[in-house]
Parts: sequence; structure tokens; C-alpha cells
Amino acid sequence: MIARLFGKPKPPGLRRLSPGWLPVWQRNFLVWRKLALPSLLGNLADPLIYMLGLGYGLGRMLPQVSGIDYMQFLVAGMIVASAMNAATFEALYSAFSRMHTQKTWDAILVTPLSLDDILAGELFWAASKSFISGFSILLVISAIGLSSLPLALWILPILFLTGFAFAAIGLIVCALAPSYDFFMYYFTLFITPMLMISGIFFPAEHLPRAIYLVASWLPLSHAVQLVRPLLLGEFPKDIVLHVAFLLGITVAAFRAAVFLTYRRLLN
Amino acid sequence: MASLNSALDISGLRKSYGGKSVISGIGFSAPAGMCFGILGPNGAGKTTTLRCCLGLTPPDEGKILLRGHSIPDDACAARAHVGVVPQSDNLDPDFTVRENLLIYARYFGLKKTETQRRIPGLLDFAGLADKETARVETLSGGMKRRLTLARALVNDPDVLFLDEPTTGLDPQARHLIWDRLKQLVAQGKTLILTTHFMEEAERLCERLIVLDHGRVVAEGNPHELIASHIEPNVVEIFGENAVQWAHARRALCRRLEIAGETAYFYCDDTAPIREALDKARVLHSLHRAANLEDVFIKLTGRELRD
Repeated sequence: MIARLFGKPKPPGLRRLSPGWLPVWQRNFLVWRKLALPSLLGNLADPLIYMLGLGYGLGRMLPQVSGIDYMQFLVAGMIVASAMNAATFEALYSAFSRMHTQKTWDAILVTPLSLDDILAGELFWAASKSFISGFSILLVISAIGLSSLPLALWILPILFLTGFAFAAIGLIVCALAPSYDFFMYYFTLFITPMLMISGIFFPAEHLPRAIYLVASWLPLSHAVQLVRPLLLGEFPKDIVLHVAFLLGITVAAFRAAVFLTYRRLLN
Repeated sequence: MASLNSALDISGLRKSYGGKSVISGIGFSAPAGMCFGILGPNGAGKTTTLRCCLGLTPPDEGKILLRGHSIPDDACAARAHVGVVPQSDNLDPDFTVRENLLIYARYFGLKKTETQRRIPGLLDFAGLADKETARVETLSGGMKRRLTLARALVNDPDVLFLDEPTTGLDPQARHLIWDRLKQLVAQGKTLILTTHFMEEAERLCERLIVLDHGRVVAEGNPHELIASHIEPNVVEIFGENAVQWAHARRALCRRLEIAGETAYFYCDDTAPIREALDKARVLHSLHRAANLEDVFIKLTGRELRD
């Protein structure tokens, strides 16, 4: 038995055959797969309830918003907001569980993988959750004829971009959090106000100029300005600006998250 | 100091946190193919030393060579051939026993087919052959420890770090782990074991160091340490007025220690004490050979460490 256990030859795989983040991503994916159906339904239910509730409720009372039906306007917001939420929850609560409660990261840190690999794996996974969440809403609204295919398919890479940006910011918060309660500050001070002023529920141009200017520096407004035209079958204006902004946020925030997590775990 | 057949070489290791020194100049060399113990009371610097060895904590000063790899610079490469059993279990609660091994092997870049081939052997070794599809949550504490041990072997490491591997286990579970660790040494693996169970160290370790306040206070083979640091026999005396009684008979032995209501006579020859005891009927006593715990207490003192 022992001979078999320690039977040579040496396993070959100690060379890096794949990027270091991939096994971390795979681990999270496998956990998700076990609960995929309820997770998907959960991802869908919330935005759809908002869409139906606000869309029909408010939509009946409103004339056109920014030149389109309110429902059409709202759908884009819901896709972006769900992408944001998916990455944020993953990078806050789920990643924190793995780092702090389950000590999954500690177990990985004594393998050849580095903390960079772990954080990159979490980043990619949280962005994947954004993709899954946004994509499932896109499927539903396409089925009821609220999207303009094929141009709307360009939303798919933007879901990843949005996910990356919010995952990277979320990982900073995760690195700083003493406990789960801390995340409430992030939601009430950052996520919820951003949701209000980034053109999700109503056009941001109607806001006071100062607030509008603040919003233009928030990742959510860039994401929605990409998604909304695509959903209507139009090319977004300033594509390069919006994409560059989301990418820039991702890179800067991820570097900060790596720095802070090193300081927290490996000192 | 570094020799070709040592698995781990440390010299001049220092680490302090916020001005408080945790490791104040540790040096030792753990020969390959044996169990090397790192003993010490809580807060002595055992876990910090292990973290430094694995590249998880950058030392302020000092050199670490693990399997010839310089740590922390070359830690990732060194860890490819190292296994770790941490102090508290960090198994993946979302997965089954088998999945835990499969997924952990991926972190080493091992091929799935290779791991699948090795899993039955690993589970046999850990006594978990019939638990392959059980969820981790359903395992007992001893089973979780054994799975953690199996997981640490998934990459067929040469060096295994064990941080208090049997803390919190019942005697049956502890003896099973000890047996498995002996088998691993027989297989030629190097074990680096931290513990504050002296019995564990005495049974398993061929060499050990005792750490206290971040320094090495003793080093050697457990039996040599007992022979060189302490009298061979101990008579423990307790009961009403045991301490007073013992103080009055201080001259009957080489060394007397008092801890609470118990007196410890450390002697070469226990006959004089035993004679005196026969006359004092109310006292309870225990005669035994000196062990590593006596050495440990002598070196690190009796006061509590929290």
C-alpha cells in the first residue's frame, strides 16, 4: 500500500503548465457548479423583480426616458447593476469567507501558488460571476424581445470588464475588513449611492452638476453607458474612454488589493 | 553549517513585529530523512519559525535554506516538494474527501490522471478508504486531521511540516497519526514537527530544539537531552502539607521543585526519599523516570504562557 502511495516516478506536473490563477478559479467554479441552479435563479430573481416592478409600475406613469421606453431604459441598468452586484458579493463575502473563515487561502499559500495567483483567481472568478449573472438576464430579456441582437452580444465582454472593476475594488475592501459587518459600510457609502447617481434607474444628466461630475468618475456609469446603446442596437459613444476607464480602475484597484492583502496575510 | 544532507538550514533568523522580537536569532539544521522537532511553550516562536521556513513571513534577518532553495526568494519552487499540515484544519468544506485531494493537487500543477491514480493509496494511508465520497463536514476531528495529512502528501513531498498535528485529538486518533508519521520517516521523508506534547516529541523526534522567547535553549536527541539536563529519577509528592514536608527534606535529593501543592524531587537515587515517605503515611507519591517534559519545564520555567 505504501509502495503504491509513494510509488515513483515523480509526478511530472511541477512545471507551470497553466497560469497560476486557473486552479483557484477552477476551485471556485466547482463549488459554484454544485449549487448552480439556485444560484442562477437568485441572480435572476432580484433584477427581474426590479424590472417588472419599476418597469411596469413607473413605466406606465412616465413618458419616454432619454427618448426610449422606461422599461428599455431600465433593462440596461439592471444588467449592469447585476454584474456589479455579482462581482461585489463574490469579492466581499465569498472571498472573505475563503480568506478569513474557511482559511482556504492559507491552504493554497503553502502550495507553489503565490498570493498573486490566489487574488488573480478570485478576480477572474468574481468577473465570471458578473458574466454569468448579466448573461442570464440578457437571455431572459432577449426572449421577451427587449434586446437588439446581434449588437447586444458585445455586452458580454463588457460584463467581464464591469466584473473586473468591481471585483478589484471589492478585493481591496476584503483585504481591509475586520469582519463581515464591515461590508455594510461599503454598500451604504459606495455601492448604493453609486447605484442612484450612475444612470441606472434614471438618466444621470438630470442630477445637479456636481453630483453628475462625481458620477462620471464612477465605474458603474461607464459600464451603463456602454451597455445601454448596445442593447438598443447602437454603437456607444466614447467606447475607448469607457473601456479604458474600467480597465484602469481594474489595474489600479487590483494592485492596491494585492499590496493590502500581502500586508494582511504575509507579514 | 549547511550540509549536503540537511533538509532545512537556518541561521541567524530574526523577526519582530512592531518592535517586539518574536524570533531573536535562531539557527539550526534539520537532517534529511528524520523527524526533527521544534518544541516550545506558546508564544516561543514555533509557528513564526515555520512560516518563515515556508516563505509566508519574510524574516528581518537570517538565512533559510529549504531543500537547497533560498527562502523566501525561491519559496514557490521549494514548496513544490513540501507538504504542510497546519495547526488548524483548513480543508475545503464545500467538497468531498476525494475532491479535496483532487483540487489540492491542482495547486501543484499535477495532472488529474496522476492524482486519481494516487488517491486510493493516500486514502488507505489515512484510513479514509471508505470515506471517499463523504463531505468534509461529516468527518470527525481525527478523520479531518488524517485527511489533512493525506492532502499534504498529494504532491509526494520530501519534506513535511507539521504544526502541532495532534492537538485536540483523542488518544486513539493521536496514536494513529503517530504511527503514520513513523511510516513516513521510514519512507525516507523529512518531518519538521512543532509540538508542545513532550510525549509526542519523545516518541517521534530523533533530534529536536527547544525554543523559548525566540531563542534556541537546547538542541539534541531527546534521550541525550534528558540525560544531560536532568536527574534520571523523579519523585512527585502531593497531599496535605506535602510542600512543607518536602522543604524539610530538601537535602535528600539533588534538586527540589515546588509547583502549587506538588513537590518534585529530582534525584539520582530515590532510596532516601522513599524511606522518608514510608514514614509519612498521609502523603501521596509517584515515582517515575525523568522525561522530556521535566527537561522542558526546567528549561522554560513553570509559569503560564498565554
